[in-house]
Amino acid sequence: MKRMAVFVLGVLALGVMVWARQNALLINGAGASFPNPIYSKWFDEYHKKNANIQFNYQSVGSGAGIKQATDGTVDFGASDGPMNDEQLKAFQDKRGSGILHFPTVLGAAVPTYNIPGVTAVLNFTPDALAGIFLGKITKWNDPAIAGANKGVNLPANDIVVVHRSDGSGTTYIWTDYLSKVSDEWKNKVGKNTSVNWPVGLGGKGSEGVTGLVKQTPNSITYVELIYAAQNNISYGTVKNSSGNFIKADLAGVSAAAAGAAKDMPDDFRVSITNAPGKTAYPISSFTWLLIPAKIPDAAKRDAIKGFVKWMLADGQNFAEGLSYAKLPKEVVEKEKKAINNIQ
Amino acid sequence: MGSRSFASRLRDGDEIARLITMVFAATVVLITLLLVYELWTNSALARAKFGFHFFVTRVWDPNIDQYGALPFMYGTLVTSVLALLIAVPLGIGAAIFLAELAPPRISDTLQFFIDLLAAVPSVIYGLLGVFIIVPLMRTVIFPGLNKPLGFMPFFKGPSYGVGFLTAGIVLAIMVIPYIISVSREVLLSVPRDQREAALALGSTRWESTWKVVVPFAKTGILGSIFLALARALGETMAVTMVIGNTPTISASLFSPGDSIASVIANQFTEATGDLYLQSLVGLGLVLFLMTFILNGLARLLILVTTQRGSGVPT
Repeated sequence: MKRMAVFVLGVLALGVMVWARQNALLINGAGASFPNPIYSKWFDEYHKKNANIQFNYQSVGSGAGIKQATDGTVDFGASDGPMNDEQLKAFQDKRGSGILHFPTVLGAAVPTYNIPGVTAVLNFTPDALAGIFLGKITKWNDPAIAGANKGVNLPANDIVVVHRSDGSGTTYIWTDYLSKVSDEWKNKVGKNTSVNWPVGLGGKGSEGVTGLVKQTPNSITYVELIYAAQNNISYGTVKNSSGNFIKADLAGVSAAAAGAAKDMPDDFRVSITNAPGKTAYPISSFTWLLIPAKIPDAAKRDAIKGFVKWMLADGQNFAEGLSYAKLPKEVVEKEKKAINNIQ
Repeated sequence: MGSRSFASRLRDGDEIARLITMVFAATVVLITLLLVYELWTNSALARAKFGFHFFVTRVWDPNIDQYGALPFMYGTLVTSVLALLIAVPLGIGAAIFLAELAPPRISDTLQFFIDLLAAVPSVIYGLLGVFIIVPLMRTVIFPGLNKPLGFMPFFKGPSYGVGFLTAGIVLAIMVIPYIISVSREVLLSVPRDQREAALALGSTRWESTWKVVVPFAKTGILGSIFLALARALGETMAVTMVIGNTPTISASLFSPGDSIASVIANQFTEATGDLYLQSLVGLGLVLFLMTFILNGLARLLILVTTQRGSGVPT
């Protein structure tokens, strides 16, 4: 009898929970997978503070996020690369109003390699990286690499380039950087979430490319900083626009953002690869929330605005614990003003 | 039967059973038609823009919106053919042993393991490929084949471990259980008197197996091969893990390549732009077409070979 009562109570409690959940305002989002860990954390924390608001985020990839936001199947999107003019126009045409970009945190891509006998941290110049990924620098002891690594005994072996085979925000950052530092790359390959690679092997996902590099002697690839940090993968430094070799860390990424903050356009669609600043890490990028400028549902509009406000203040404190770089102050201030553009 | 009214047949339940099972059967056709319809309409842009050139273009570049299926078709075909070249002799040999020569207890035990193999998810085979076959390929098989045979284009280097042959081997391992399972069943179902008749005519055990039982079961064995081919053509995960994901057309078996299923899986989620997406759907249509044509050829092959007279009832 007692057991029965506990059971009934349990069912009742569950029912109340489900009912409460259903009564919460549900806001759907979809997009980039790179910031998914921190977005999940944010939405969870925000729900704890505001029990009546529930965010549901699907990390389906930046491309799908943009598409779903444009189709209106989600309330907001998220992307590792800003939407291009064509995509903005498509959104405007379809929905009759614009879409706003809100930077949330920053990430970076780092070069990692496997050269038997070389344990030193290698320095990479922009020319060396572009040359390697264009297939023009084919040996590890090429002067373009060796020149920046005096004292390291580089072998005369062929370089094996490894890149992502799946579309990814990391590839976008990497090719965006190469497009900035090499005209040949810009004209021949360009920037995108997946490109027509001149050379190399493709691996699926961060684990795919690192797996290939671990196995293949004399190989090189790129991964997200957060992935390298979490998996203890060593990586090289990259020469920034001030001529310093920078080993990527959160401070260097934030410095790149601060360097770009002065010239931040009003729509926040800015690439901060090869940003100015003595300590700026050159292969850094914002990741964005894509929020429609017009949200007819007042409750949803207020909830989204409230979340963005919180994300820019308290939310930023969660970033570094999860290996993301915080937004610089200047950007936060600018974004706070931009929240009013959501109507 | 024919004179009975519909109502009485309905009361019997015969008609109900007929209707229900017919609906089930019809769904198969319906799903196939729906699939083709979806693939066709959702690739309209790509078909209009590229037309037949889609089949012969080698470039796949989202930045200039230029898409061609040729390297992916090549990769799909080469890996599947390699897989069958390896899997068919092994699979049929094993099936003959299990059905004809092995003691029943061993045969049943082994069959248990084979069924187990068939149920392993493809990502596990992919991992097997990445951790065992890829290094083996680079350090042992490639040097072993390249040194004596490197003058032939098939065995030219360099080898990164990943590539057509690696994908072919992984696919072969994946499809062998299908070939063994189905072929063994077919061989076991060959009537006893066929064997006895052959033995009575003075043939040895092997002669009765090879000249009577196997030809009798030929249709079923071919069926198992086509099941294997279909699986190999469409396999995604395991292939993408070991093929190198580079859209190249090279005669060398050690060259990295790409397949239709793997490029769709790789690029679909991040594909932006209508033409890009529709070209990926177009690739799906091409894969469907390839499967369709190969299946048709297979049927034709069965028809031709059985007509030549092997005593197989068709």
